[in-house]
Amino acid sequence: MTGEVATPPLAQRALGLHPQVALRPEPFGALAYHYDTRRLVFLKHPDVVRVVRALDDHATVAGALAACDIEPGRHAAFERALTSLIESEVLHDRTR
Amino acid sequence: MTALVEQLKGGLDAPICLTWELTYACNLECVHCLSSSGRRDPRELTTAEAKAVLDQLHDLQVFYINIGGGEPMIRRDFFELVEYSIGRGIGVKFSTNGAFIDADKARRLAAMDYLDVQISLDGTDALTNDAVRGTGSYATAIRAMDHLCDAGFVERNGPFKISVVVTRHNVDQLDDFEALADSYGAQLRITRLRPSGRGADTWHDLHPTNAQQRQIYDWLLVHGERVLTGDSFFHLNALGPENLPGLNLCGAGRVVCLIDPIGDVYACPFVIHDEFRAGNVRDGGGFGRVWKQSELFRKLREPQSAGACASCGAFDACQGGCMAAKFFTGIPLDGPDPECVSGHGELAVEVGAGSAPRPMMDHSKPPRPTPVALGRK
Repeated sequence: MTGEVATPPLAQRALGLHPQVALRPEPFGALAYHYDTRRLVFLKHPDVVRVVRALDDHATVAGALAACDIEPGRHAAFERALTSLIESEVLHDRTR
Repeated sequence: MTALVEQLKGGLDAPICLTWELTYACNLECVHCLSSSGRRDPRELTTAEAKAVLDQLHDLQVFYINIGGGEPMIRRDFFELVEYSIGRGIGVKFSTNGAFIDADKARRLAAMDYLDVQISLDGTDALTNDAVRGTGSYATAIRAMDHLCDAGFVERNGPFKISVVVTRHNVDQLDDFEALADSYGAQLRITRLRPSGRGADTWHDLHPTNAQQRQIYDWLLVHGERVLTGDSFFHLNALGPENLPGLNLCGAGRVVCLIDPIGDVYACPFVIHDEFRAGNVRDGGGFGRVWKQSELFRKLREPQSAGACASCGAFDACQGGCMAAKFFTGIPLDGPDPECVSGHGELAVEVGAGSAPRPMMDHSKPPRPTPVALGRK
C-alpha cells in the first residue's frame, strides 16, 4: 500500500483472486488456501464463492455483485466478507 | 463459526490435513513414536505408486500434505516425490529429525517453493531431548537447523518449524523453545502427546500432569497466535471461558486422515489400528474412494454421542477430547478423555487399563541383545 492515494470505496475497486490462492468447492462454500502465507480460509457461503470467482471478470466489485444478482440489501454484508478476504490476502487489488 | 464446525463434522470433499508417513524406517527409536517406526516395511509404496497417489490428491485439490515417517528422508526417492508433489500444486510440509540435512540438502530444500520443514525436538537441552528421542538426537537437530539457517531457508521460504511433543519433562521449557525458535527466525509448533504407537507404553510416565495442563493452557492463551498446535490441545478448552485458537473438534476422518507407508488409510495419524483403517490406496478407486465412501469415515462423520460426558457442562468446550487418546487407554470413545481436565479420565484410565487395545503395525527395531555377564549366575 502506498498510502499516497486515497483508496476508493470498495465497490469501485478492481479486485481479483490472489495468484497464489487456490479455491476448492465444499458443501458450505469453499476453502481457500494461500500458498505463500500457508493460510487456510473458509468462504462460508456459496454466493460469496460465486462473487469471488466473478471478480476477475469485472472492472469493479459493484459490477461483480450485479453480475451475480446479489440484491442491494446484501451488499453491505458482502463488502464485509470481501474486506476480510482482502485482509487475509485471498483477494488483492488488480493493477489497472 | 459454530455452523462451520457443524459442517466440518459432516466431512469435507477432501481432507484439509492429510498426513502421509512415507516410511516406517527410522534412524531413531523415540520412546513416544506414534507409528512405532524403526524398520522399513517391505510392502512400502513404490515410487510409481506414490506418484499415482499424488496424482489423485491433485485431482481432489488437496492443497498440501504433511509428510512424516519414520524418517521420510531415508527414502531414496524423497526429493523426487517432494518435487513431484510440488509440481502438481500440492505443497509439502515434512517432519524430520534432521539427521539427513547436511549443507547440500539444506540448500536443496531452501531452493524449493511451497516447502515447509519441521524439525522434531523434545527438549531445549540434550539431556531432556535425548531421554525421549535417543542419544545424540539433540545435537543432530541443532546441526540441521544450523544448516537450514546457513542455506538461507528462512529468508527464502519463511520460517521452518521446531516441532515439540509436550511432555511432563519439557513443559517448563516452552518459553525456552520459543526463544530457540526466535533465534533461528523459526516458528514453534507444539503438539499433544498421545498414547499411540510406542507411546502406549510411555504415555503414563510422560504425559503432563493436570497442573501442567493448566500451565499449557495458560501459556497458549498468551502465545497461541504465534505458535502452531495442529489444534491438538482442544481438550484444554474445558479449563476456562476462553477457547484456544483453532477449530476445536476431532478432525479424524472428517478433515484429517493418515496414509501409512504401505498405503493403508487411517482416520488420523494417532490411530494406526485395524479398527480405524478405512481402506488402502491400492484398492480400486484409490484414495478418493476411501475418503468419500469408506464405511468407517461415514460413521465418524455422523453426529457423535456425548456419552458419559453428556451431563458435563464443559462438553461444548472440550468435545470429549481425543479419540486416539481414549482408544489406546481403554476408554470407550464416548467416554472422557484420559487427560480430562476435570479429572473424569483418571478413573476411566484405571478401569480401562487391562482392556486397552495394543497398537498394531509395530516396526520397532528388535531389542539389542543385552550384554551377557560371564562367569556369574
